[in-house]
Amino acid sequence: MSQLVHPLEKFVRPGMASRIWCSGCSDGIVLNEFLRAIDELGLDTSKMVVVSGIGCAGRASGYMNVDAFHATHGRAIPVAVGIKVARPDLNVVVISGDGDLFSIGGNHFLHAARRNVGVKVICINNFNYGMTGGQAGPTTPLGAHLTTTPYGNIENPINLVQLAAAVGAVYVARWTAFHIRRIKESIKKSLAKKGFTFVEVVGICPEQYGRRQKMPKPIDMMMWFKKNSVISKELDPSKAEFTPERIVVGEFVDAEKPEYTELMREQVNSIIGRLEKEGRLTNAEI
Amino acid sequence: MRRDVLTGSYFTLGDIACAEGALAAGCKYFAGYPITPATEIAEHMARRMPEVGGVYIQMEDEIASIASVIGASYSGMKAMTATSGPGFSLMQENIGLAVMTEAPLVIANVMRGGPSTGQPTKGGQQDVMQTKWGSHGDYEVIAFAPSSVQEMFDLTIEAFNCSERFRCPAFVLADENVGHLREKLVIPEPHEIKLIERKRARGDPKDYAPFRPDEDLIPPMAHFGEGFRFYATGLTHNERGLPRTVDPEVHAKLVRRLNDKIRRNAKDIIKVERLYLDDADICVIAYGIVSRSAATAVKMARGMGIKAGLLKLVTVWPFPSDEVSRLSEGIKKFLVCEMNEGQIVREVERCNKCSKVAFLPKLGGEIHTPREILSAIRGGEAR
Repeated sequence: MSQLVHPLEKFVRPGMASRIWCSGCSDGIVLNEFLRAIDELGLDTSKMVVVSGIGCAGRASGYMNVDAFHATHGRAIPVAVGIKVARPDLNVVVISGDGDLFSIGGNHFLHAARRNVGVKVICINNFNYGMTGGQAGPTTPLGAHLTTTPYGNIENPINLVQLAAAVGAVYVARWTAFHIRRIKESIKKSLAKKGFTFVEVVGICPEQYGRRQKMPKPIDMMMWFKKNSVISKELDPSKAEFTPERIVVGEFVDAEKPEYTELMREQVNSIIGRLEKEGRLTNAEI
Repeated sequence: MRRDVLTGSYFTLGDIACAEGALAAGCKYFAGYPITPATEIAEHMARRMPEVGGVYIQMEDEIASIASVIGASYSGMKAMTATSGPGFSLMQENIGLAVMTEAPLVIANVMRGGPSTGQPTKGGQQDVMQTKWGSHGDYEVIAFAPSSVQEMFDLTIEAFNCSERFRCPAFVLADENVGHLREKLVIPEPHEIKLIERKRARGDPKDYAPFRPDEDLIPPMAHFGEGFRFYATGLTHNERGLPRTVDPEVHAKLVRRLNDKIRRNAKDIIKVERLYLDDADICVIAYGIVSRSAATAVKMARGMGIKAGLLKLVTVWPFPSDEVSRLSEGIKKFLVCEMNEGQIVREVERCNKCSKVAFLPKLGGEIHTPREILSAIRGGEAR
């Protein structure tokens, strides 16, 4: 009898078969859809680097059989920028969580998007810091009860889609863990695009988030997403409302803009060309 | 003629010499953030990097600068950043990441007076201990303290060579006074510059363990995109790079190796210059710009018949512990001169066996004058 092998097994790093993720966590759903996306696109995974920061979602990079780098908390994007700028031919992807990317690392997101560096960012937004035991974060809904908001959260959450659109990402989409095929399609689309792209996946965190909001079972959060999400058909980030009552999902930006490393290469070629033409070694004064 | 090694004689700034040294060492990636008194390194790199087909990128802050340098280093480029005190403080966490992931890279810290914003335009030597101990955890570093514009060039190359050889961050720990000093720089012919390149991974990627060291304790390095499909993490990891965070043996073995790869080679790395030490009764210890005042002071003392000598630290880390211990057996007194409230003097006290240790601090951004040092040599005011 031949052994059954999962079709995505070829993308899994040997020796990393057991994941740290809790039962019911949707990080595995996103990892699955990411692997399906690269499988369907037929991408050469030896030319792919996945970078992540700290947190549950940040462990995704290690589980894939690609070149991967696990950075410090919040610093996945600048590490990825360094890789992309040094090796523009590589597919550079960041997979990390909402706290990592938008609290401690928020500044880097702004500037990587502004530069339009061809880094693909996938954020699993689970409304809290799961790995450290369920603390409130930058996307925690108003009123939510977590270990650091025992009396209810009084801080406004960031609307990640609107932020990404405002700072210049060329592709922006939001789905929940319920929309698995759409997640895959958006990842495929973002991988095929030049420039800085952003896919938000609103995730299930039954252990740390759900059970503190009277949604103790994984299916409870899934049903919440199913019931309260609305698909927008318009490429308009102003429509990307996000409240516990109404989660607008869909694609919100799909634009074309010159990509940073291409602009850099053009500039370098023209500088060297001019020096060669003029028979000079440098423009600098030493 | 090559655009990366601009052979010739120049009258130029220390910061520019540092940038040219990096280019001559093969640096192809510079990321930085404007900060006095290191900005001239970034400005010069902004002009020069495209000319050699390299990358200059101004990042959003110093944390991003060092993080992107790690990414570029793992992508196969010799990479560096440059900063001063406040930016250096911001970089500390990712300096630890570079240590843990064994990313070769160079950080130039052109020191100004602190704490905090302090004296942006004035020199200091207040970051010496931070260079060694600034990031959390146990680690060893390699740091050079240039005392001239020429040394800004030469020691930046040396820093790249050490970082490549040992797969670790290496530091050019300059003071503002040298960074902003303008004097003669000679850039040699390319063939006269000795360069060391990192050991590269070979063989079947299936057998590759990214953190399995050779006998010299240094693992050969794979770059992203070469098909090795490796994982590098700041977490405690085994030789295959996989996280093993609760295994005491894995952790102890990893941290000891990271330290030992530098400690065991300390003799090769450490550089000092000795002046009149053979028969000295009093040994002045100084580094960076202060070593120049100290050399003059020692010569003046000799002119007066005082048996003074100078130990100039070219590397401050690793500290030349054996040399200082040995010296302490033949002299009567050390006189440590630093532009701080007492940093390297603590190392001297630690290594001293049977001599006295006096300390002459100077704060405020001014360099010790030779007369001040001479006066302390003659038994004048010192701590």
